[in-house]
Amino acid sequence: MNWQAVYAMYSFEMARFFRTITQSFVSPVISTSLYFVVFGSAIGSRIQEVDGVSYGAFIVPGLIMLTVMTQALSNASFGIYFPKFIGTIYELLSAPVNFIEIVIGYVGAAATKSMFIGLVILGTSALFVDLKIQAPLAMLAFLVLTCLSFSLMGFIIGIWAGNFEQLQLVPLLVVTPLVFLGGSFYSISMLPPFWQTVTLFNPVVYLISGFRWSFFGIADVPIGISLLAISAFTVICIGIIWWIFKTGWRIRS
Amino acid sequence: MKGSVMTAMVSIDAVGKSYASGFEALKGVSLDIHQGEILALLGPNGAGKTTLISCICGISRPTRGVITVGGHDVIDDFRAARRLVGLVPQEINLEPFEKVMNSVRLSRGLFGKPRNDAFLEKVLKRLSLWDKRNARISELSGGMKRRVLIAKALSHEPRVLFLDEPTAGVDVELRRDMWDIVAQLKADGVTIILTTHYIEEAEAIADRVGVINKGELLLVEEKAALMNRMGRKELRIELSEPVAAIPEGLSDYNLRLEDDGLTLVYPYDVRKERTGITRLISDFGAAGLLLRDISTRQNSLEDIFVGLVKEQDGDAA
Ligand SMILES: Nc1ncnc2c1ncn2[C@@H]1O[C@H](COP(=O)(O)OP(=O)(O)O)[C@@H](O)[C@H]1O
Ligand SMILES: [Mg+2]
Repeated sequence: MNWQAVYAMYSFEMARFFRTITQSFVSPVISTSLYFVVFGSAIGSRIQEVDGVSYGAFIVPGLIMLTVMTQALSNASFGIYFPKFIGTIYELLSAPVNFIEIVIGYVGAAATKSMFIGLVILGTSALFVDLKIQAPLAMLAFLVLTCLSFSLMGFIIGIWAGNFEQLQLVPLLVVTPLVFLGGSFYSISMLPPFWQTVTLFNPVVYLISGFRWSFFGIADVPIGISLLAISAFTVICIGIIWWIFKTGWRIRS
Repeated sequence: MKGSVMTAMVSIDAVGKSYASGFEALKGVSLDIHQGEILALLGPNGAGKTTLISCICGISRPTRGVITVGGHDVIDDFRAARRLVGLVPQEINLEPFEKVMNSVRLSRGLFGKPRNDAFLEKVLKRLSLWDKRNARISELSGGMKRRVLIAKALSHEPRVLFLDEPTAGVDVELRRDMWDIVAQLKADGVTIILTTHYIEEAEAIADRVGVINKGELLLVEEKAALMNRMGRKELRIELSEPVAAIPEGLSDYNLRLEDDGLTLVYPYDVRKERTGITRLISDFGAAGLLLRDISTRQNSLEDIFVGLVKEQDGDAA
């Protein structure tokens, strides 16, 4: 392994993030606060409690997941699309690095960034509502796995995208709806039975449910299935990336 | 080239490359590049120079053939091969918002070298970039950006350096600097391959010259041998009256008759002690020929090059 190269890619990407640190943090903090105002106060005044948890606290895990997933996706896809777009990818292709090292460097940086933002939102939320985290280790594990798997998926999108529109397309048309319909702001049990069944085909449901369980000990689906789902998702993404580098698809002419 | 005393630093064996579009950019190129030499690859636009370099450096995958660098296969043993190679690409591919020093550090790290800012300082100073180390790349002029590309390629101490049209569109000063740097690198034992369509450039710095056109290597020759061909000149003598044949008294001179008998052409070697011109002129008088005008014409590398390319186009037609 060329760890020197992994470190070089990782720190180069992180430096980009820290250069714009204010933007990176201010925007999620503001949008989190807005969610609390809109969902927590407006809707929360009608829905008192969900499964014995105050509505304001109930939406915190979903809110963190929502932001972390979109941030991981956009950071990772942009991170690898940008070198392709401006041509600096020549350096990665001609360097003595293999795909595992490139993925650790780029996906690792994107995952770290989204993890940071997730923790900032957690901190911001604590200012608005009383939070107790029942299983902190499980919470961290879910957070890390989500950052990782969505960064992997973002990496794939960044390699696939041929222009900026395509770069936005998958997050906008596929991921955002799945995340919003994945129970970020409600419990699945609040839906009519038919939609409950439909929802179970949404992979995001398993992530949010598992993550929420680590806070409150309540879940829409069993925790084991949640862990299995996110692990399977991660493995599938790694498989696709392995294939991309093996064939040189969309990177090596 | 097999069995030559010099070791091949880069060995290219029957390399072909067809792009996904089906276009065949390289049609079986074989070439050995010796350790420590400067090889200039000359060829018109679209000849396949960049494609060949991309196949060696790992940016493109050859469709067939074998390439080794320092004896390491560029695919099976890509790490060992690529560690030896520095690439200065034809296009100015740089991150605009990055600082010069960070960009150069990244390159060094990517090639697995531990951080060494003292060495990078030397590289940047050599390229007159030290004052700009904390400038953003977007603030630099075009020539400066090209220097940054070179600094990035040199940052990891390569043993083989590819310069893809390094002087296309750069000012005279940078071109001269570039030649100095190339000379210094050669003194350090670095093998250098540069592509260009400036013949003077190949002439000025290369040890060997390769001519490539339409994906085929037409010729690889020591520059000295090429210069030999270039040393040949022609004396063109225009006559007042046309002649039907070369007069008998002039049969020793290897003359050629042109322009319907109005011009006699005398090929000679400028570097010979005696060119035979004086004797020829006096023999002209003796043969009773009236001279209208005299001119000379030099066979340049450009002529050789244009001739080769025309020959190939003629063959294809
Ligand atoms: N990615 C590509 N896909 C298809 N054709 C290409 C690609 N890159 C280069 N070519 C074609 O291959 C030929 C050789 O290109 P190139 O190696 O860039 O030439 P040179 O560097 O000598 O100017 C050109 O005709 C070019 O259009
Ligand atoms: Mg080119």
